[in-house]
Amino acid sequence: MTMKDQAAVVGVGATQYYGRGQSYPQESELSLVCKSILLALDDAGLTVQDVDGFALYASSFEPAEVAAALGVPEVRYTATTTGGGGASGASIGLAASAIHAGMATCVVTAYPVQQAHRRLGGSAVATENGPQLTYGSAGLGIASPYMGFTANDGLLGPGHAAALIAKRHMHQYGTKREHFAEIAISTRDNATRRPKAIKKTPLTLDDYFNARMIAEPLCLFDFTLETDGCVAAITVSAERAKDLRHPPVYVMGSAHGGPGRTGPLNWKWLQMAEDDLVSSGSRYPARRMYEMAGVGPEDVDVALIYDNFVPMVLMQLEDYGFCPKGEGGPFVADGNIRWKTGSIPVNTHGGNLSEAYLLGMSHIMEAVEQLRGTAINQVDGAEIALVTGGTSLLPMGGTLLRR
Amino acid sequence: MTMTSSFGELRKGVFPTIQKRTFADQTTQPFWDAAREERLVVPRCTSCGTFRLPPYPICYACQSFDVEWVELSGMGTVYSYTVVHHPLHPDLAAIVPYVSGIVELDGTQGEGARMLVNIIDCEPEEISIGSRVRIVFEHVNAEMSTPRFRPLRDDERE
Repeated sequence: MTMKDQAAVVGVGATQYYGRGQSYPQESELSLVCKSILLALDDAGLTVQDVDGFALYASSFEPAEVAAALGVPEVRYTATTTGGGGASGASIGLAASAIHAGMATCVVTAYPVQQAHRRLGGSAVATENGPQLTYGSAGLGIASPYMGFTANDGLLGPGHAAALIAKRHMHQYGTKREHFAEIAISTRDNATRRPKAIKKTPLTLDDYFNARMIAEPLCLFDFTLETDGCVAAITVSAERAKDLRHPPVYVMGSAHGGPGRTGPLNWKWLQMAEDDLVSSGSRYPARRMYEMAGVGPEDVDVALIYDNFVPMVLMQLEDYGFCPKGEGGPFVADGNIRWKTGSIPVNTHGGNLSEAYLLGMSHIMEAVEQLRGTAINQVDGAEIALVTGGTSLLPMGGTLLRR
Repeated sequence: MTMTSSFGELRKGVFPTIQKRTFADQTTQPFWDAAREERLVVPRCTSCGTFRLPPYPICYACQSFDVEWVELSGMGTVYSYTVVHHPLHPDLAAIVPYVSGIVELDGTQGEGARMLVNIIDCEPEEISIGSRVRIVFEHVNAEMSTPRFRPLRDDERE
């Protein structure tokens, strides 16, 4: 028996969202994560006394420190998916699996970000410790015998990787910058109605085309924001969820992974199969996620898609089956991802692009609010929500939630 | 025009060698030995013929550890690329815009062996997907010879 419908997200909580580095010195990552966990527990009607597990992604925080700070009575489960933000959407699946397996009863997922002393992406940026020069040794270590093959290539951060993939997608499928613009503009439109959003000014096509180029074909508005803050989610068993403060949001299906040849960073693996290289890499976990849930993309009412870079949203729309491979451009140009009028509203909270970049956790929060019927940009009658993770390295992943 | 910075001498369009050590082991050293002689060699699985880049110790297709080193022509085709305009470190303002991309190497089969490289000696608008390019090496020190690619010159056109 799979874990389908065996666990539910019962609480979500978020701190204030700050621009990069602006949460310092009044906050620390520890205070951000503890605040969001307490808010999420309160949202659920639970307390620290109930918490016994931590299901994370990308080692987002150290459970030993957080459990000590919060005074968790007994920790029974700690796990993280590997890689980066790819399994943010699937981290709730990790929580559900722990509950289904009987290893924990009340599991915390969160990702605190404070970029006063470091910068996510680890690219060649100035820091107080001097330049951080290379991106993504990704577990192989900076002194690995393989790093020398890519360290001097000028590709310094995930945005450069996304640019290469986007350029090839444009070449193969005729995807245009106008298509990318539609994703940036529709996401911003959703954020304009969100008081917490960092970017609330409407974005026009002219704004998009007048923006400075960062790494062709990606301009400023193709990149995520940089944010400080934290969002937490609490997962418990479906049985226990029935007695809590809000209607349960059930975990229908969840998967993470991808083809092994994706490698530790998708543009650092030099022999990746072409179909996978020019993609978000998500179609493998997408298939398993839908299989577990017993539904398909046509059943999804709202999609919260990890938007580190605009072209990766377009490719995830293809890989999660909302349109055929290569047709993401025309699909978004036809208005399909717009709130109220589109066939599959995307990132109704404003996403990483316009609301805040909390590495996908805000997407989980929005999915929960949509399924409770309390979202600011509510999709009428939303019953099933998709939450996906990032695309830059194995594992990629997603989760289907339902009310 | 060159200028000196925390990255050493900088020239527009040329991404500096920021990692000056190869940290080579016996599975990767032949690449750097050949690079010092301006030759491009790539390991190929002795059992099934699959090329391996980076030179991991194991063949992803048949899991063999056996390799032979094959010398390639050093020519390749641009598979994808980006023109980097925004310098991710203030000192790198001296080199932007520069082109970096994926080059598919002549003489490798199927999906082939790709290299991720800075493409130099060109105006960014000269490069497109499908551009033909040739490898060049910068001899940085006794162990590191940085591979880059440049477009074919007029007298090299095929």
